[in-house]
Amino acid sequence: MEHITTPKVENVKLLDRYTNRKAASGTLYLTATHLIYVDASAEVRKETWILHHHIATVEKLPLTTAGCPLLIHCKNFHVAHFVIGQERDCHEVYTSLLKLSQPVKPEELYAFSYNPKMSKDNREIGWKLIDLKVDYQRMGIPNDYWEITDLNKDYEVCNTYPPEIVVPRAASKATVIGSSRFRSRGRIPVLSYLYKENNAAICRCSQPLSGFSARCLEDEQMLQAIREANPGSPFMYVVDTRPKLNAMANRAAGKGYENEDNYDNIRFKFIGIENIHVMRSSLQKLLEVCETKSPSMSDFLTGLENSGWLRHIKAVMDASVFLAKAVKDEKASVLVHCSDGWDRTAQVCSLASLLLDPFYRAFKGFMVLIEKEWIAMGHKFSHRCGHLDGDPKEVSPVFTQFIECVWQLMQQFPCTFEFNEHFLLEIHDHVYSCQFGNFLGTCHKEREDLKIFEKTHSLWPFLLQKKQELRNPLYRGFTAYKELQPNTLPFSFQFWCGMYNRFDKGMHPKQCVLDHLLSCMNQKIKLEDNASELENKLPFLDGPLPNEACFLSKVGCAASKTPMLNTPQDYEGEAPPVLTNGISVGDINVTSDVDQRNKENLANHRDLHLNDSVDVLNSEAKDGKPQHH
Amino acid sequence: MEFSELIKTATVESVLLSCAGQPAVKGTLCITSHHLLLSSCPGGDGQPSAVELWLLIRNVDAVEKRLVLSHRPVPPSVPSSMGVIPRCHPGTAEPPLPPLPRGPRQWALTSSSPPCPRVQNVGWYQPPRSSGSPRDNRLAGSSGTITLRCKDLKVLQLEIPGMEECLNIASSIEALSSVDSVMMMYPFFHRPQSLRLEEGWPLLPVEQYFQQLALQTTQWRLSDVNRDFAVCPTYPPAVIVPAAVSEETLRRAARFRQGGRFPVLSYYHSRNGTVMLRSGQPLTGPNRKRCAEDEMLLGSVLDDGERGFIIDTRSAQAAKQARMTGGGTEPKSSYPQWKRLHRPLERGRPLQESFIKLVEACNDASLGMDRWLGRLESCRWLSHVKAALSTACLAAQCLDREESSVLVHGAEGTDTTLLVTALAQLILEPGCRTLKGFQGLLEREWIQAGHPFHLRCAHSAYSHARLKQEAPLFLLFLDCVWQLSRQFPFSLEFSEGLLLTLFDNAYASDYGTFLCNNEKERCLCKVKESTHSLWAWLDQPEERKKYLNPLYSPNPLVIWPSVEPQSIQLWQGLFFRWIRSSQYLDEAWAEIWRLVEGSNTAVKESTESRLSRSLSDPTAPTENER
Repeated sequence: MEHITTPKVENVKLLDRYTNRKAASGTLYLTATHLIYVDASAEVRKETWILHHHIATVEKLPLTTAGCPLLIHCKNFHVAHFVIGQERDCHEVYTSLLKLSQPVKPEELYAFSYNPKMSKDNREIGWKLIDLKVDYQRMGIPNDYWEITDLNKDYEVCNTYPPEIVVPRAASKATVIGSSRFRSRGRIPVLSYLYKENNAAICRCSQPLSGFSARCLEDEQMLQAIREANPGSPFMYVVDTRPKLNAMANRAAGKGYENEDNYDNIRFKFIGIENIHVMRSSLQKLLEVCETKSPSMSDFLTGLENSGWLRHIKAVMDASVFLAKAVKDEKASVLVHCSDGWDRTAQVCSLASLLLDPFYRAFKGFMVLIEKEWIAMGHKFSHRCGHLDGDPKEVSPVFTQFIECVWQLMQQFPCTFEFNEHFLLEIHDHVYSCQFGNFLGTCHKEREDLKIFEKTHSLWPFLLQKKQELRNPLYRGFTAYKELQPNTLPFSFQFWCGMYNRFDKGMHPKQCVLDHLLSCMNQKIKLEDNASELENKLPFLDGPLPNEACFLSKVGCAASKTPMLNTPQDYEGEAPPVLTNGISVGDINVTSDVDQRNKENLANHRDLHLNDSVDVLNSEAKDGKPQHH
Repeated sequence: MEFSELIKTATVESVLLSCAGQPAVKGTLCITSHHLLLSSCPGGDGQPSAVELWLLIRNVDAVEKRLVLSHRPVPPSVPSSMGVIPRCHPGTAEPPLPPLPRGPRQWALTSSSPPCPRVQNVGWYQPPRSSGSPRDNRLAGSSGTITLRCKDLKVLQLEIPGMEECLNIASSIEALSSVDSVMMMYPFFHRPQSLRLEEGWPLLPVEQYFQQLALQTTQWRLSDVNRDFAVCPTYPPAVIVPAAVSEETLRRAARFRQGGRFPVLSYYHSRNGTVMLRSGQPLTGPNRKRCAEDEMLLGSVLDDGERGFIIDTRSAQAAKQARMTGGGTEPKSSYPQWKRLHRPLERGRPLQESFIKLVEACNDASLGMDRWLGRLESCRWLSHVKAALSTACLAAQCLDREESSVLVHGAEGTDTTLLVTALAQLILEPGCRTLKGFQGLLEREWIQAGHPFHLRCAHSAYSHARLKQEAPLFLLFLDCVWQLSRQFPFSLEFSEGLLLTLFDNAYASDYGTFLCNNEKERCLCKVKESTHSLWAWLDQPEERKKYLNPLYSPNPLVIWPSVEPQSIQLWQGLFFRWIRSSQYLDEAWAEIWRLVEGSNTAVKESTESRLSRSLSDPTAPTENER
């Protein structure tokens, strides 16, 4: 709070980035967590909230006749262009935001002050929602070949790995310890995913400290153990996800890559995914293209090409497809690494798992996947997302690329994911928001030291509560599709307008199919609930039946009516007030009325439908209100 | 001319058919006068043969041959045993084709000799004209592959045993696919059992449109000045003109407009009574000629003090240059109430080349991401889409926002002009967005308005034949409609499937709808009397359902599209139709149908059936009883 000198500035204009619509005029507030802009010129009160943690850069532009412009770029690709009347006010807001957006101490992060008024028990249950052991059990581990070991319980093997890791049963403690000394930062080969059908595994590690000629017997044994844990294949792949040149340069620093002559039956392969610095500058270029004012088609396509962004996305996808094919078609295990094994390796391993296993394409599975491959295995969220004031060269959109790859898959396979685009965007927002503890710090040890699990909340239960709006109405269930084989020809990758131009509503389809289908689906669910409600009521003879039925048919009409969303880019005013879920205001009243009745009825007949032991969080998600059985 | 003269070999056994994404099938290949058929006998004698391919030969855009010699030593002049024979370019390796009859004879049954089969330039190999037995023996073990590149962008491969058969098949397909005489085309022979001939031909679409607008205004009248096509050969017999303007004025104005295309009403904007007109360019010429009747005609559209806009689909520079060849544009001094805006839109050869380059890039699987994006940019197709949508928005804006009437023209007024007027109507007028309304719009603004389909759609993106007047204006229009449907997924009653079908039929069809260049030609060819209408076919209930958009909900508003580059996408459903698998997307649409229909039935079930069940339950009390 000590950073806020001017909590409120009046007569601030908010310029629209693209259209020459009349600029909004209103009041700017600075709170401990958010910058809030209230548009006074609009008929309906319109607020723009920007979380301080979301602010990537704040710039003061040269003074104009209208006032002093303040340009804010956010990490979720929101760009806000304010014009503040007084230079002095502008400067104070500017200096405040600079400090607020780049906290120095971890304790200043939002997660430590965020209080959703949840009981301590529920908070703890929330943290236990995702249990990685359950996922290993799902893969059949422990089994004859793999075991979960606590060798790393005191972080002696590797301080950026979690305490429990999965290694081949055949690898002795000495092998594990020995191998860890030969791997950069002790990040030994551990299991990432086991493909139960044929015992082929995806394992991950960091680069070996091989230099030009060094060898390590234990490391060689470790790889042998991994290969032998898959008796169906005489060889295994070792995939270095870096470009060959980068890997060779590392040899001079005593690092490098595996020498095929030293390891038995490995097939070594480079897959050229560029490093974090290339990715950072690529995104920078992409965003410049997205921000260009009225570009021609050629400007845009040339800019898109020159940014290299889609080329990098394709490289990550190609690598993941290679892994999935090796495991599924060639039945061979794969060991993946890059330099430290926490950026490219995390991208590729998690995407390959997603391609191979439908579980990870469901809500819970996707959470498990992120917890497992990203959070537990030490992707340095804090550094890559720039949570704290730190080295800007450590910042890189590695996780953003992963999220985009998932979105690209959604475009090709619209019925295979349980969740929709908003779910991805929510996760992406919260990786940067620091509102929840999951993504704080750089590794498990650091999160323990920060007492994340005691002091903050987990994101996942919060997202599950919003399941209704984050689900994919076209999802055909767990069993409809098994492995995915995406097309990776260049045309299959599209520019993701919903991410990089997400806040430029004028560019998006004017009518949203997703929202419409969701409301179709929710109406259907409500009506079915209601119908069974009525049926259940019949023997009790306690309801004004015909009335209710007529009333229902009205709801039906309302449901089949499509929202009339229509916002030409040059309309003077704002779009007609249509709520984000696409239902017009009238419908909401009707449905909330139904809701109300629903709840009353639920109170009477709860035992009739809710007696199934639905897991606590799921039923919370359903009604948006905690219920205790 | 007899078709049989063109068919050198009618059937070949054991032909292997393959196309991308499908398993290859072996069967008997048959050539008929209009079709290429391949039937296979999967289970031996007892099984009925399955037809694996039924291809309209008119759909073939290019034929490529590759011969494989297996029993013959490699001739010294050829480096490998595989001879890749490039498509013959007329005027290079082979003698130029005799000019095909054009003009009035075009629709008469021509008895001229068939176009030269273009297979002679095999280089080192001459096809046996008279079968000499030693040669036959030598070639017996040889085979050839024919690649058929179709106008709908599909690519098929036929592996044919026997080199002579291969060459004969290839030359037959080439000859049959390049028959240029309209009345020899398949629509004149196609007789589907479910349809009657006269069905589905729109009865006087212009007259019908006039009846609608006559209810709202008396400022316009229907003129039959062109009833015998004497004033303007490319206009329909009936046109809508200002009520105050006499037939004589129209005749004189027509002489001042290219192709006699004097300004006529294209669209009446009911909301404010403004109109959109279209015409050919004025023939001002280098001496800046004027025409009082033309000025009067345009003047009569506007009241005193009202302002109108002329949208010229050429650049100011190009419009000026057109004066040198007798054309030009309306000078401010002669048309003081009209403000001219230039919005250059590409057409003709550059547009065709853009299409060809795009299709080439789409078919090149070897491209990396950067090369792909580079070629997508350099072919400029998406730039054309953006420009067309922007110009249509401009026209719509003039009408709806500025409340001003608009005249649209380019040069001839048959290409980019129609692109703009048709798109603007789709944006403004909800009635055009239904299946029926869209058919009406196509009839009025493309077919009757005289877009020369026969010339523009003679070849598609694969043909290496010398380009004449081909240009994919209609495809560009369909692409823009697709962009609208993507941005307003609930507002069009028809689906992407309809747009694809229209594209296919514009280039090669069983139906007469897109035949010829204008109404005059259609009358001479008796198209309406002797062919079936595509609309009749599409309007059959079981067909119709395939083309409906499950999400449609009438939207009475103007649909303003975004023309930012981020909002414009490559139409994958068309350009990658035969390249990518659409399985997962089809499943998504099936799921959408299920959801939308499901939610309707859910409503019905939960209200009607459950209610009736409960009401029929005698123990259930009613409100009255309580």
